[in-house]
This record gives sequence, structure tokens and C-alpha cells, in this order.
Amino acid sequence: MSNTATAGSAAERAADLQDERLFHGEGLTGAVESFVRRVRSGDLGSLPVVIGLIVIWAVFQILNPAFLSADNLVNLSLQCAAIGTISIGIVLVLLLGEIDLSVGSVSGLSAAVLGVTLTQLHWNSVLAVVAAVLAGTVAGIVYGLLFTRFGVPSFVITLAGLLGFLGLQLWVLGPNSSINIPFSTWLVTFAQQMFLPPWAAYALAAIAAIGLFWSDWRRSRRRRAAGLSSGSMSVMLVKSVLLLIALGVSVWYLATDRGVGAMFVFFVLLVVLMNFLLTRTRWGRAVFAVGGSVEAARRAGIKVNRIYISVFVLCSTFAALGGLLAAARLASVGASSGGTDTNLNAIAAAVIGGTSLFGGRGSAWSALLGILVIQSISSGLTLLNLDASIRFMITGAVLLLAVIIDSLSRRSRASHGQA
Amino acid sequence: MTMDPAVAEPEPATRQPVLSLRGISKGFGAVQALTEIDLDVHAGEVVAIVGDNGAGKSTLVKILAGVYSHDTGSVSFDGQPVSIGSPAASRELGIATVFQDLALCDNLDVVSNLFLGREITKGTLDEEEMEKRSWSLLRQLSARIPSVRIAVASLSGGQRQTVAIARSLIGEPRIVILDEPTAALGVAQTAEVLNLIERLRERGLGVILISHNMADVQAVADRVVVLRLGRNNGNFRVPDVSYEEIISAITGATDNVVTRRAEARNTERNAS
Repeated sequence: MSNTATAGSAAERAADLQDERLFHGEGLTGAVESFVRRVRSGDLGSLPVVIGLIVIWAVFQILNPAFLSADNLVNLSLQCAAIGTISIGIVLVLLLGEIDLSVGSVSGLSAAVLGVTLTQLHWNSVLAVVAAVLAGTVAGIVYGLLFTRFGVPSFVITLAGLLGFLGLQLWVLGPNSSINIPFSTWLVTFAQQMFLPPWAAYALAAIAAIGLFWSDWRRSRRRRAAGLSSGSMSVMLVKSVLLLIALGVSVWYLATDRGVGAMFVFFVLLVVLMNFLLTRTRWGRAVFAVGGSVEAARRAGIKVNRIYISVFVLCSTFAALGGLLAAARLASVGASSGGTDTNLNAIAAAVIGGTSLFGGRGSAWSALLGILVIQSISSGLTLLNLDASIRFMITGAVLLLAVIIDSLSRRSRASHGQA
Repeated sequence: MTMDPAVAEPEPATRQPVLSLRGISKGFGAVQALTEIDLDVHAGEVVAIVGDNGAGKSTLVKILAGVYSHDTGSVSFDGQPVSIGSPAASRELGIATVFQDLALCDNLDVVSNLFLGREITKGTLDEEEMEKRSWSLLRQLSARIPSVRIAVASLSGGQRQTVAIARSLIGEPRIVILDEPTAALGVAQTAEVLNLIERLRERGLGVILISHNMADVQAVADRVVVLRLGRNNGNFRVPDVSYEEIISAITGATDNVVTRRAEARNTERNAS
């Protein structure tokens, strides 16, 4: 198989492969070679985090054989969902090159709204959930308007929000230091006890693999129709089969314990949805454009302010949603909901997952990968009976490492002319 | 007006200019940046605007791009009087401006940059259609971009300029304004951009080229309009003018007693 464009005359090649300076490979070897070339030039993508995750899992498994037990992994997946959901919002603001430091407080506020409306005002549970999520949406609208009208840096606005919404959370809670949400509420059942039956989980895995193949195949067909190069069938098949095997084995292994948690599936579906919106819609393209160069986006006719507001609203809404999931999983709401390390874990997850702090680079998947790393560390250290103090220090070190990798790969891209 | 009818043979009167400015003035506070500027651009013509720093070139470009409004004077497009109130209005008229800083998103690939803000969608983004059109556009311009799926950051200066110019063509403009397209480019890349400008002329577009580089101007422009201290100071057909004449118009060496006498005599002769 040739990996340079020596084969075939220019005329019979696809429209996008006619330049002789292009490297292009065919089939599986070509795909592997182009991947290696991308990594060498600093386009690491999610490679560091995947390697990191494998290392972390291996180390903890050696230190404590219970780490990779089905029971622990099921817990791990459930722990990921709440902060992971918050982290999706962080990915969005980071893509714009902005930051939201208040997601913890907003998630706490939404939990408090849920607790009070549900148990003290006796609202319908659906209404209470909607009110709690809307609390986050309103916070996002306020941020978006402050940012676009007054041009205050998002860092400062959300720092103010961190304090302000924490205060609002305490005010909503009133004299109650903590409110228990009844176990009979569907939200709590959903978060604690709802697991996919194995057949449904296997079906979902199959749907994911077939969906991947179907979308690849359709793209390939459209590209061929447009006279462009189309990926090879073997690469598409291998990709989907690998995904099917990976998902199938995970489902089988988790099913030896309680199975795949509904809350985790919900979180993954949110990631898939956001990934779709970011990569396949005009809105997503505009988000990346604004993150790359605000001025260029503005001159291209993109309504930059609308993009900022929509992203701040989405971020705070995801924070509120994450707060609900956390409250439902603990079946209680209190002054410490959304406190301590929620904020930093959510931000760290997005960065560790590979979304650049400098804007314009990243993907919704980094929320999933990053939160897996953080929760793995947290869970592993808990299994080793290590104190919270050590846990904070190690998580901090991992975050630092992720930021260093981000900076280094940015520098490498610059030296390879791809900054 | 210091238009010199002896050298500036106007285009045949039967051809109507696409864009025509008459008596454009613009002041910033106490400074009169532009005074009574006239400018015509025909289809398929490259008009170079030259002048020293502070001559008013950028101000003129920004008026055409809709960034500034002019104080007095009139703009007509296809013979119809128009007003250019905003960048969007300028674009809608069919004036595409490529500013010196190009305004590309480095993190996006060539296709995304070309169609930024004008994406083709079929429910979702129609990447294939956009990629196909990108290739056909770049081929028409004979542009040498290796791949349209690489980030713009990894392109050379000339290629970035090419992408910026190609992007301006997506909206099917009639007039393209290029602000210093060859500044900071190497020899080969400059040649690439000059080829591109000729390609634009072949497509029947009116091109306004702002440049400091006389070699470039003489290589591609059909007409040179000289601005000096915010006024028209010469309008030459490139084949009829020497480098020295343009330079003296730019520096004001022609604007003295001798030339004014010659001008007066010319006017007399024309009148009789």
C-alpha cells in the first residue's frame, strides 16, 4: 500500500488528493500512519488522557485488586455522571476561551431549589426539577448579558457569581442545614437504583457501533458522490467492530454486578448530543470560530454576542442539571451541595480531557474522559484509605500535568506551524 | 481637483463604472482625512490606490467597507446612488473587503474558514458540498493549497492570503478590495497573489488594490490612483506612466508651480 501520492495520475485522483505535497495513505496502514504523523506534530487529541487513564487504572489495580472490580467500576460510573454533566458546560465555555468558576455554586443553588420546592412547598416533582434547572438557565442569562453588555471578563463575573449564588443557595435553604429528598421520588430512583437490564445495555452497545458505521458509511458515500476521497471500508469496519467489542465487554463486566447505571447512560447521551451540536451545526462551528478569533468571527457575520450568551446559558444549565443529579444520588441537599471540590473537579475534568484553556480546541468527549480520570483517582485513593488531603494534592498534580500537556502540545503545534 | 487629463485617459464613456465615488470627504475632528475624492472602478479592472502614510487610503477603504461613513459626496453602484451604512450593507451591495490582518480563524480548516458565517446546511452542515465548492473555487483561482482539511494556521502567508481572498468571493461580489495583500510576503508568494489578482480580473470583478509596492502595482494594475494628503493627486493608466511619475505624484513633487501651469495649459487646450 502506498503512503505517498505517487500512485495514479492527478486526473484520476479525488478532488482533494491532487496535490503532490500531500501525504495520504490508503486503508488501515494509511490510517495508522496518518495517526502517528498527527501525534508527532503535536496534534495529540485525546491520546494523553487515554494513556493516562490506562496508567492510573493499572497502578490502582496493582495497589488494590478491588479497584477494577465490577462493583467499584459501577460506583465509579455513577460518580462520574453528576460532575461530568457540569463539565460538559465547562467544555463549552473553554471552547470560547472563557471560564465559569461558579458552576459549583449554581449546581448547589439548583439542588437547594429542588429540595425546598419538593419537600417544603410540596410542588410536583417534575415542576420542581424544571424550576431547579431554570434557576441555572437564569444564572447563565445574567452572566451572558453582563459579559456582552459590559465586557467584564468572565473570570470576574463568575467569581462574583461563585459567592453570590452560594449566598442565594444558603438563603433558599433557610434555617435547614440539610433537606432529605424522599427515596420514592423518581429522580432519586433514577440516580440510585435504575440500571439498564443487560439486554438493553447490549442493544445500546450494538446501536452505538452500528450508528458509528452507518454515519461513516453515509459520509463516505456522500464524499464519493461529491468527487472527494472516501475512507476505506476496512477502516470503517474495524472502527465499529472495536467500538462494539469495547462496549460489549464493558457491559458484560458491569452486568456481573448491578449493570450500567441509567444516570451514566444519561450523561453519555448528553455528551453525544453536545458533540453532535458542536461538530455538525452552524452554532457549533460558530463556537469554535469565536474561540479561535473573535474578530474574524464577527467580520464573518457571526452574531458573536448571541454565541457568548448561548454558551453561558448552556454552561449554567448543565451545572444546574449536574447539581440535580448529585442531589438525587445523595438523596439530600444541604449547604455543602455543590461546595468543596465540585467546581474545580468540573473544570479540571474538561482540561484533563483535552479541551484547551486557550479556546477553540476541544471536544465534548473531553468531559467524559476527564471525569473518568478524576473519579478514578478519587475512587482509587479512597480504596487505599488515603486521606482527603492526599486526594486533593494528587488531583491537583494531575490537573497541573494536564495543563502542562496542553501548553506543550500548543507549543509543538506552533513549531509545526499549526498553532 | 488635481486630476490630470493629459495622462489620465478615462475609460470609454460608454462603459459604466460598477463603483463610482464623487466628491467624497471625511473629517476626523480637526483633521480632514479625505477631501473631494473621486474614484471609478469598472468591471474587469484593477485599480491601485497608492499614497504615502496618512494619504487617506485606509480611510477610503473603510468608507467603502462600511466601517466609516463619509461626510459629503456620493457613492453610486451600477449607476444607482447608494449609501454604505454598515459592513453588512457593503457586503450586500457586492463589495468584498480583505483587510490586511485577513481575519481568519487559525484553529479552523480551510473549508470552515471559506464558508464561515455562510455555511451550507442540509439540516446539519453539508461538509461534502462545502468541500467540493472549496476545491472548485480554489482550482478556478489556480490556488496551490495542498489540503482544505488542514488548519489555516499551518498554511504559509501567501496561502493564507489566498484563502482570505477566496473567502471574499464566496458571496459573489462585484468589487473586491485588497488592503496590502503582498505586504510581508516573500517573492514567490507575492507572485502567487499577483496571479490571483489577475484571475479576479479575468472573472470580471473590479479590484481595488491598496499597496505600497510600486513593482506590484505596475505588474497587475490597469490604473493607478494617487492620493496625497487626502486628495486625488493623479490618475494614471499604468502602461502610460513611469515609476518616477507615480513616485512624484505620491510625494507631491508634481504639485508645484510648473505642473500647475502645464495643467492650466492643458485645460485651455481641451476647452478650445
